[in-house]
Amino acid sequence: MTSRIAEWKRISAGGLVSNPGSSERVQTGAWRTRRPVIDFSQCTHCMICWVMCPDTSMQVYKDRLTGVDLAHCKGCGICASECPKHCIQMVPEDRRV
Amino acid sequence: MTLKLQALTERPETLASGHGLCPGCSESVVVRMVLMALANPAVVSLATGCLEVSSTRFPDTAWKVPVIHSAFENAASTASGIEAAYKALVRKGRMAERPLTFVVFAGDGATYDIGLQWLSGALERRHRFVYVCLNNEGYMNTGIQRSGATLKGTWTTTTPAGAATAGKVDWNKDVTAIVAAHGIPYVAQAAVHHWKDLMTKVRKAEAAAGPSFINVFAPCNRGWRHEPEDTMNVSRLAVESGAWPLYEVIDGAWHMTGSGRKTRPVADYMRAQGRFKHLMTEANAGLLAEIQARIDSEWVRLQKRCASGV
Repeated sequence: MTSRIAEWKRISAGGLVSNPGSSERVQTGAWRTRRPVIDFSQCTHCMICWVMCPDTSMQVYKDRLTGVDLAHCKGCGICASECPKHCIQMVPEDRRV
Repeated sequence: MTLKLQALTERPETLASGHGLCPGCSESVVVRMVLMALANPAVVSLATGCLEVSSTRFPDTAWKVPVIHSAFENAASTASGIEAAYKALVRKGRMAERPLTFVVFAGDGATYDIGLQWLSGALERRHRFVYVCLNNEGYMNTGIQRSGATLKGTWTTTTPAGAATAGKVDWNKDVTAIVAAHGIPYVAQAAVHHWKDLMTKVRKAEAAAGPSFINVFAPCNRGWRHEPEDTMNVSRLAVESGAWPLYEVIDGAWHMTGSGRKTRPVADYMRAQGRFKHLMTEANAGLLAEIQARIDSEWVRLQKRCASGV
């Protein structure tokens, strides 16, 4: 957008925000210091990590866990702590996977 | 309708990523669990608190359901207004009748202290909504101050642990029982780690013919001084030690849910958090014993209520 009016000055009537889920453009993955790495050979796709994720960052396609949304995952480690199969490891971001 | 996580993944997501809640925060987990358990589309009223300021950073919103911002105290009043307006519009033929569930998300500050009178009024007027209290035992958004939900002996920034006092001086109040005393059809206590118990309670609350209230234990790793990955562990320890019993009150009859057992001393739960560090010293052994005795006596009282059914 090339509007000359600053974004915060273009406030809608009543402060209405009409773009549901637009916070996705904020890449909170930049907060992370360690990333979850899933061992898919052990994963049973029980979805405990998916339901326990505070950042809606476990990616699921047709009943199957497919990966982690690293653009938004804040690296809290709840998934690794709660995984019944212990197949998620938290790896420091400065280490290569 | 049975609860299967694989089936729930097919429902549209209700809270997007990119919100500003701390890593390891339990509030967004509770919100997702509540909204995915509902059968009807939700209309949400938010009280001021961590959840609100973090999920609605202008010009963005993390919500994918309609949300109304309220002040600290009036989230229950806002929900009352939404429900009354909906009924009036349907009655006047200006809106088609449809299944909707009105939901309030408010913290313990907004529920126990600032909004208690407003919640009480809405319950008295019998507006049909599901009130979810995200109970992290303090005003975490403004910097970890004590609230009416904070346990005696807890360190917070306004109840420091030192030579003069060992954390909060007063006991917390039992708002779940206060709400149950309004005689509304459904009241429950749940905890974030027990997703199945929580979602079952949400479904019962939604189906209730009147207002319903669920007090959800929601650990705050910043305010409680534990590691972000331990959020669910701390919640589990609170339930296992009896510090946060899981129960429901259906039409005035009290029932335990979950295992219904108390298997640990409260020290196990406290040791996992920095806010109770001072209670682990010899100087405060008496206070720790006093807290344990209170939790034991409250547990016995709850068991009696459940056994007698009233």
